[in-house]
Amino acid sequence: MTETVISSPTREVVIGHDRAFTVIGERINPTGRKVLAAEMQAGDFSRVEADAVAQVEAGAHMLDVNAGIPLADEPAILAQTVKLVQSLVDVPLSIDSSIVAALEAGLAVYEGKALVNSVTGEEERLEQVLPLVAKHGAAVIAITNDETGISEDPDVRFEVARTIVNRAADHGIPAADVVVDPLVMPIGAMRGAGRQVFTLVRRLRDELGVNTTCGASNVSFGLPNRPGINAAFLAMAISNGLSSAITNPIEGEIRSAVMAADVLAGNDPDCAAWIASHRDPGGTQGAARGRRGGRRGRRGGSRDDG
Amino acid sequence: MADATNDAPDDHLDDDVDDIDLSSLDDDDLVEQMHDDLYDGLADEIAEATQLLLDRGWDPQDVLSKALVEGMRIVGIDFRDGILFVPEVLLSANAMKAGMKLLRPLLAETGAEQIGKVVIGTVKGDIHDIGKNLVGMMLEGAGFEVIDIGINNDADAYLAALEEHRPDILGMSALLTTTMPYMKVVIEELGKRGLRDDYIVLVGGAPLNEEFGSAVGADAYCRDAAVAAETAEALVLARRAAA
Repeated sequence: MTETVISSPTREVVIGHDRAFTVIGERINPTGRKVLAAEMQAGDFSRVEADAVAQVEAGAHMLDVNAGIPLADEPAILAQTVKLVQSLVDVPLSIDSSIVAALEAGLAVYEGKALVNSVTGEEERLEQVLPLVAKHGAAVIAITNDETGISEDPDVRFEVARTIVNRAADHGIPAADVVVDPLVMPIGAMRGAGRQVFTLVRRLRDELGVNTTCGASNVSFGLPNRPGINAAFLAMAISNGLSSAITNPIEGEIRSAVMAADVLAGNDPDCAAWIASHRDPGGTQGAARGRRGGRRGRRGGSRDDG
Repeated sequence: MADATNDAPDDHLDDDVDDIDLSSLDDDDLVEQMHDDLYDGLADEIAEATQLLLDRGWDPQDVLSKALVEGMRIVGIDFRDGILFVPEVLLSANAMKAGMKLLRPLLAETGAEQIGKVVIGTVKGDIHDIGKNLVGMMLEGAGFEVIDIGINNDADAYLAALEEHRPDILGMSALLTTTMPYMKVVIEELGKRGLRDDYIVLVGGAPLNEEFGSAVGADAYCRDAAVAAETAEALVLARRAAA
């Protein structure tokens, strides 16, 4: 099965279909976060620092870093943010911008193998972003739209994905380093939005052999109790083969749904991660204790499923 | 209205509505009922009631303003306040459309003045349209005639649409930090041709903010579809008052 390896200087994350789902924390993104945008533009990164640490503590395997602030020097701010986040946490990053110069600036300072977010099927984007990804030996998120827009027909989006994978290959980027985003539309405005994604991620896995990711929270746009929808969506998408998502790990419901989906998909061996994070803390020793206090010696070192 | 929203299944709604004989209501109650039916997104009932009012000799302009626009105003308020949600507003807008279908030819005939006309579209390089469509529907709900020119519009496309339709308002949408600066290009082009003051320019989209709106020279930035409808109405009325 396809494995996409993303790394920081000290940590490797493997996105893959027979593995635990990869959660990419979405919070470091000033879009729609007025205060964060103003602070980042003014050079105050305290909220970025807090978001980075909190998301990793909440179980994010990677973090997405975006500095899309209107009228700001996005390349400079993105580079600064990437550096800062890498100095605080050791998880690999996804460098997120729709401005090629910003991706370039972020990649230039990034240590490790980054995930570039993103390229689309638009000719101009392919020609600008793919050489950059190849030059830095990075992986890339491929968004399944082209010049004609976002097709409502999953077959068309599948073909856009195929085109991007082929074009990436022309630049020496293997299919394993292309993580396809099937594009999640708001279910509140489009009844088939969920089914489209489920069909697509399954086909992308089975026919194109690529890993997949998505901005999961978009599905619940305009609805109440968004975490409830996001959580169910992720569990359903995972059961259809989605292998990573950019989402909010701090939301307990989402974290819980993703972990449970891993268990049920058979990707959490011996349900170890699930048990470790849900052990009844009611006992006098608390959650940290684990099964039977003693006899650790017999078990020590026998588990390594990281 | 309260019953309908508390009891979940759709089929219940239908039963409920079937119980009301719209033709038996007097004008005031019928208009009240239309407000409720718009709120509940019942297109058939709105079409029926619209026709009833017309048959009773109502002026199409009054049907529009007192029944449809007023009903959608209530929808807009509850959407803004987080009581109604996107799928519900889409249903309401759809019901409004069913009424408008009957009214539009009559309004055109009588030459009645609409609250205003809007040309709306997503800027060049950007193919996102769900938010823009929602804004279009809310504007229609507020009584505007909306000409939607779709996605990926360059300055020429906007200018051609403005020239053809002579709207009061130009609305531009963008969802990407790379595409939103194009709004400035369009507004500058309007300026070059001496047309800037002919139109109210509204901008919106997830990555935008108030500051960006004024920096590109728009008349207003609209945070969401409900705000867009409110702002459009306020600015058009202010302009008419000033004229």
